[in-house]
Amino acid sequence: MKTNTIKNKHYFNKNRVSENIMRLLFFIAALTSVGAVLLICIFLFGNGIPAMAEIGIFKFLTGVQWSPTNVPPSFGILPMILGSIYTTAGAIVVGVPVGILTAVYMARFCDKRIYKCLKPAVELLAGIPSIVYGFFGMTVMVPLVRSFFGVNGSTMLTASVLLGIMILPTIINISESAIRAVPESYYEGALALGASKERSVFFVILPAAKSGVFASVILGTGRAIGETMAVIMVAGNQPRMPQGLLRGVRTMTANIVQEMGYAAGLHREALIATGVVLFVFILIINLSFSLLKRRDK
Amino acid sequence: MEKKFEITDLNLWYDAFQALKNINIEIPKNNVTAFIGPSGCGKSTFLKTLNRMNDLVEGCKINGKILLDGEDVYGDIDVNALRKRVGMVFQKPNPFPMSIYDNVAFGPRTHGKRSKHALDEIVETALKNAAIWDEVKDRLKKSALSLSGGQQQRICIARALAVSPDVILMDEPTSALDPISTSKIEDLIFDLKEKYSIIIVTHNMQQAARISDLTAFFLLGELIETGDTDKIFSMPKNKKTEDYITGRFG
Repeated sequence: MKTNTIKNKHYFNKNRVSENIMRLLFFIAALTSVGAVLLICIFLFGNGIPAMAEIGIFKFLTGVQWSPTNVPPSFGILPMILGSIYTTAGAIVVGVPVGILTAVYMARFCDKRIYKCLKPAVELLAGIPSIVYGFFGMTVMVPLVRSFFGVNGSTMLTASVLLGIMILPTIINISESAIRAVPESYYEGALALGASKERSVFFVILPAAKSGVFASVILGTGRAIGETMAVIMVAGNQPRMPQGLLRGVRTMTANIVQEMGYAAGLHREALIATGVVLFVFILIINLSFSLLKRRDK
Repeated sequence: MEKKFEITDLNLWYDAFQALKNINIEIPKNNVTAFIGPSGCGKSTFLKTLNRMNDLVEGCKINGKILLDGEDVYGDIDVNALRKRVGMVFQKPNPFPMSIYDNVAFGPRTHGKRSKHALDEIVETALKNAAIWDEVKDRLKKSALSLSGGQQQRICIARALAVSPDVILMDEPTSALDPISTSKIEDLIFDLKEKYSIIIVTHNMQQAARISDLTAFFLLGELIETGDTDKIFSMPKNKKTEDYITGRFG
């Protein structure tokens, strides 16, 4: 009896030790991502804020002239801020209606055989590297816009449409699962009142899924504003105030990538500061996402 | 008594499983008809054939005839119009996640009512007829999900009344509710039969005895016995009915 107890205790301790080791391991794993975010913040703000201060925050954010290599240089990123906002807004205009309608179709209307093709297609769309989207935009969409509107094809319109396509999978997948999560009893209740299938879906089910659908739009927005490679290849990238849908535009991301290779000194820091501004945008987007999730509960 | 539904030789299959066998029954107007029977006996399935909610079930096959006021429910008929005439209240209260007002106004809006004034009137009447107006009149813009289960069920009844149906089907409408809410809904059913024909599926035999004029007893997909509620409960003709209502099985 006695030995038995001791034996048990021994086992108990051994379990305890391995449990603690595993716990530590999980903790470290969890810390990795938090640590990464923290390091990125420190690096970005540490390098970007002094540059902003040197240029003057107001001048930096609202200056309309970006000519870093002039003497004296001027570092106004308002054109790029607006460029990012406009192309993202364009992407939302293109991607959100198409995405939500696709999600509704996939969740409630299409038959199983079509779904079996559609679902993997959407998933594949999510997995295509952005450079491939860029190539598609450059070789197909740019010439199309050029011949259709008689302008240089690298325009805000081209970038918006391409970005709109790129955010489709995010919107479709998240909206679709939100729509599927709506209890079937709502649907039956609407039908039992004599509503048609379409009315039941669009006026009962879709409103019931609205927080998930909004979440998909917010995440899609985040993806669009941070997209770099594909945008550079189709947007024209002129660092001037946006002048219309059919003119070229430069986004913040494009600004950084295009000049980082040769920039030095204050110019380099101004690019990092552009990254800070972009980061703040993403923060705002994520914050509104988590606010939305919290309100939902 | 005037007939509302007339059902002849109704059979129903879920794929290979036959859920209803040779059902013949007439359901009168402005009465409460109760369907009783143990779980899985087909009474809910039968109820759902009356407004064709079974159309949603994959692999559901039906033959036989269901006439509503002489019109074939499974013939050349507009299903949405049928469901407007034959309303339904479900077992679990299922108000839509929107305001109380919008819940009740959903049906009339679906059927083309747009004017604010007309809608206000319909909503008020429906809520009054469902005996919940006094409890919600000050918070019509609040979400219907904020109400208690019993209140939600009465909202669902109001929602069904708002499209002015002839018949109201109720699928165990009180099984998810507490005794007080249950008795409110039973009183309500009693009042409603003035204007509507009511068909109620219930597990609760006392409930059937209290509120119904006619009772139909189902067992394993067959309609065993049907008749005046008083008679069924006092002197059932069939041995199986007697066993069931005296609590020997089920």
